Amino acid sequence: MSQSISAPSTGAVVVSTIPLRELAPWALFFGLLGTLVLFFVSADQGAVSIPAGTAIHEWVHDGRHLLGYPCH
Amino acid sequence: MNARAFLVRGLIAGLIAGLATFFVAHQVGEPHVDTAIALEEAGEPAAVVEEHTHSHDDGEEAHTHSHGEDAEVSRSTQRTWGLLTGSLAVGLALGGLVALVSAGLVGRIGRFLPGQTVALVSLLGFVSFALVPFLKYPSTPPAVGSGDTIGDRTALYFGFVAVSLIAAVAATYVALRLRDRIGTYGGTVVGVAGYLVVMVVAGQVFGTVNEIGDFPADVLWYFRRASLITLATMWGVLGVVLTGLVAHLYRQDTAEAERRALAASL
Repeated sequence: MSQSISAPSTGAVVVSTIPLRELAPWALFFGLLGTLVLFFVSADQGAVSIPAGTAIHEWVHDGRHLLGYPCH
Repeated sequence: MNARAFLVRGLIAGLIAGLATFFVAHQVGEPHVDTAIALEEAGEPAAVVEEHTHSHDDGEEAHTHSHGEDAEVSRSTQRTWGLLTGSLAVGLALGGLVALVSAGLVGRIGRFLPGQTVALVSLLGFVSFALVPFLKYPSTPPAVGSGDTIGDRTALYFGFVAVSLIAAVAATYVALRLRDRIGTYGGTVVGVAGYLVVMVVAGQVFGTVNEIGDFPADVLWYFRRASLITLATMWGVLGVVLTGLVAHLYRQDTAEAERRALAASL
């Protein structure tokens, strides 16, 4: 993969890239946060419970069913 | 164009997608959730039955929570504030993730403009994270699905989602590498075909879940159709809004750069 598209003639579009070094901390932090949020909506207090109980499961119950996650 | 600009737009698009998803799920999906719960409650008396003398309907056994008005969270709350919470949380999370993946791919996919890159990531996200998992493990309404098997079903579902995501990332990478050697057409065909082969094999290897019992087929179909519409709303609105926002940002940046170049040349 090239870093950017070379412009052989005038008028060709050059899209600059975002350096992966700059992107890495955002991607890591939000990747972890996003995964955590998806876990609490999609799976918590079903197969595993953090914390114990059913309050979170009950609260997001309809969303869990309609967004296609395993529920009961 | 930087990470922050992408993430902010992803969160805005995710918020709008979450609201749209709530509205559609509430209007299209909730009637069938209510029907399913009414069927469940009609099938079993309110008293908890510890000894099961018959097992024709797995869904009613070993239920660890109740769907009725005596539940910890009432039905009227579940179908409004609860559904809104879930929709917004998933929308924001997916919006941010799609935005950051797009930020990493901008300028690295052939001649794709930033908006086109976002559209591609959204499409691949919908197919690999929602549509293909749905085809293998379709959503089930309340009253279908036993509390006893929730552990196995959760492991199967997320295992299949993981395989799908990894296969989609690998297929995209292969397609981009091949594009330099055999062209866009060949690279795309090989990438898509590779993903399909992996997922068909995975679909055969992963176990089947069938706990439908004698649940009415029409209610099941209405619920699953509504569930698919809900998922399509989430990804469709997210993709369309984020594509528009990023394309607008790119036009602004380009115009600004041209103005500066013109000023420097004077």
